[in-house]
Amino acid sequence: MEEGVVNEILQGPLRDVFDSKQLITDISGSGNNWAVGHKVFGSLYQEQILEKLRKSAEHCDCLQCFFVIHSMGGGTGSGLGTFLLKVLEDEFPEVYKFVTSVYPSGEDDVITSPYNSMLAMKELNEHADCVLPIDNQSLFDIISKIDLMVNSGKLGTAIKPKSLVTSSAGAFKKRQEKPFDAMNNIVANLLLNLTSSARFEGSLNMDLNEISMNLVPFPQLHYLVSSLTPLYTLADVNIPSRRLDQMFSDAFSKDHQLIRADPKHSLYLACALMVRGNVQISDLRRNIERLKPSLRFVSWNQEGWKTSLCSVPPVGHSHSLLALANNTCVKPTFIELRERFMRLYKKRAHLHHYLQIEGMEESCFTEAMSSLSALIQEYNQLDATKSMPAEDLPRLRIAV
Amino acid sequence: MEPKVINQTLSKAAHSGRWKYGQHSCFCQKQGSGNNWAYGYSVHGPRHEESIMNLIQKEVEKCDSLNGFFIIMSMAGGTGSGLGAFVTQNLQDQYSNSLKMNQIIWPYGTGEVIVQNYNSILTLSHLYRSSDALLIHENDAVHKICAKLMNIKQISFRDINQVLAHQLGSVFQPTYSGEGSFHYRRNPLGDLMENLVPHPEFKMLGVRNIPQMSENSLAYSTFTWAGLLKHLRQMLISNAKMEEGIDWQVRPPLSGLPTLGKMSLNKEFHFNTSIANLVILRGKDVHSAELGAFKDPALYTSWLEPVHAFSVWKTQRAFSKYEKSAALVSNSQFLVKPLDMIVGKAWNMFASKAYIHQYTKFGIEEEDFLDSFTLLEQVIASYCNLGF
Repeated sequence: MEEGVVNEILQGPLRDVFDSKQLITDISGSGNNWAVGHKVFGSLYQEQILEKLRKSAEHCDCLQCFFVIHSMGGGTGSGLGTFLLKVLEDEFPEVYKFVTSVYPSGEDDVITSPYNSMLAMKELNEHADCVLPIDNQSLFDIISKIDLMVNSGKLGTAIKPKSLVTSSAGAFKKRQEKPFDAMNNIVANLLLNLTSSARFEGSLNMDLNEISMNLVPFPQLHYLVSSLTPLYTLADVNIPSRRLDQMFSDAFSKDHQLIRADPKHSLYLACALMVRGNVQISDLRRNIERLKPSLRFVSWNQEGWKTSLCSVPPVGHSHSLLALANNTCVKPTFIELRERFMRLYKKRAHLHHYLQIEGMEESCFTEAMSSLSALIQEYNQLDATKSMPAEDLPRLRIAV
Repeated sequence: MEPKVINQTLSKAAHSGRWKYGQHSCFCQKQGSGNNWAYGYSVHGPRHEESIMNLIQKEVEKCDSLNGFFIIMSMAGGTGSGLGAFVTQNLQDQYSNSLKMNQIIWPYGTGEVIVQNYNSILTLSHLYRSSDALLIHENDAVHKICAKLMNIKQISFRDINQVLAHQLGSVFQPTYSGEGSFHYRRNPLGDLMENLVPHPEFKMLGVRNIPQMSENSLAYSTFTWAGLLKHLRQMLISNAKMEEGIDWQVRPPLSGLPTLGKMSLNKEFHFNTSIANLVILRGKDVHSAELGAFKDPALYTSWLEPVHAFSVWKTQRAFSKYEKSAALVSNSQFLVKPLDMIVGKAWNMFASKAYIHQYTKFGIEEEDFLDSFTLLEQVIASYCNLGF
């Protein structure tokens, strides 16, 4: 929205990627206010947005899905971003909507972020097909880990510089790296790996609509925890197969997840492994067999694995893995969000900024709360089945 | 469906220099079916019905004499299973006098597609109604063959496909018609179905090959027909998927003695009863091969005489690089266990209503699922009762 931000992008090295006709700007932003983003800018720019979307969609041979990338804590990203979801649903009802949302971490600088996130969550619950939550704290932890490895005397120059998941290798020009650049690069790599099977050939390819089909067993539970490995490649090429198996193990450790979550100790509903590079089906199967006993899957989906192989590895790596899991470990994030919201809402702090916008009432807040509570309740119910042994239900009997 | 997949297939075939697909004999769309049977069946099917049937008609018109249709598809995905079932149904309507055999790839037990069990039961139940025979290949079995017999360390899909092609070739390559005649069989598909599918309730066929080994081992092995056939018979009786690890303890029940009670799917030593078997022998001295052991009535179910249940095709011409090779196509209890497993898993998932909304979105309702379950439970029960 803010012209300043958009202009900065247009002058950066990625300026040629964006079509200037497709940008919508306004003088001021939303002031960290979801209501301004959603209601005010939404109604103001609805026509323009629709127009530009339609034009771009017409250029496509075949429109597979939309990617909405936004943050939950601010005003524009969460407000206008979620307004977009509704617009897309009305205009293109058959096209899947993948949303990459950046959730606010424990210490973040926006005071009203719990309100913004809660209101945005309600929209995500209802209108998104698939949400990939990410949070800044985890991204930061990953970066610190990489820095530690690069700077510690242990490996030194043994790490291939281009292979860092945070590097801009493959991007146009090297320039002064700013603090959020490394974190953004991780998310960029996530999206690249997600779409790699659709862009390149492979022995077992996977379209984007297959992700939603396989990983979303119930329409409400569409939150996928993602993890990327490897984070860096050693320049020493003498460690082939163990590195590969290590890559698979790492994908399930809590340090590699892009959100604060520990999937290994929670219940899996489904899991997808997207492998890139020179990996064969037997390697994939061997690793699944190896890792399965240590992971808990829900009783009706004991073999809930979706796999895909793409032959083209990412820049600087010989192979890489993206794991997407529909797992109950997202529950703590939501519970924490609800708590922070309650703390502010109980005192009705900062509420007047929202209520003074036309169309906003207190009921919006309570509805959002109940929607999130219902979601948490669903996850609770699934967790309750975690400890129960898998029972085979009685089958249909046939009179012989 | 997806263009890059189709283009890869066409270019690989043309690359070999020996044969290729016709330029226009392919059909593709930009978007696949998203592993969704309902999408393949209810959306892609009707939308592209005309173009696909036109393509088929063009090929049919080129034939002097149409034996039938051989449809190769997988069960786990969306296009192969959903669109495949739709096309088979259309062939049934449009070419009702022709035979149809569907070659089905049974997915790995774990980890291909999460909804593979749903897709599989929907496919099988629809095909059971519209196809004449189902020739089934299991990914797990072929994978084991690659690992144990062919000694391949890193198995790729190319290796798996090669084994599949070998198995199909060993069945469908020309053989002599009738004993001593020097004409080749004109209608292998028809003869196969006539011999193997006497009753519409029993359509599931499995293939077993012997020998199967890597090129390196081949140079050090010699074969006799007696040895090959002994192994093949035991593979049939004990339901082994390959020639290694055969259970020699399993024997046919002695006639005259009471049968051992209802066949339990969990019993280890159960004996594989056949409805009909076809053995195909290729290679040197094929006329000296002794097949009496296959005509033992104890192998077969009581309502079919061995003379009708067992047939053999022969040819002097060796197949592939094997001096002597034998293939067995069998309509027997081979596939009861895998089918039972898939139905069980699908039923568990169905009971919790998981993923159902993805199918109802495109018009496949819960009743369709229930119909499929009923049909397949019926098939399992029928096959289980063959032992009587």
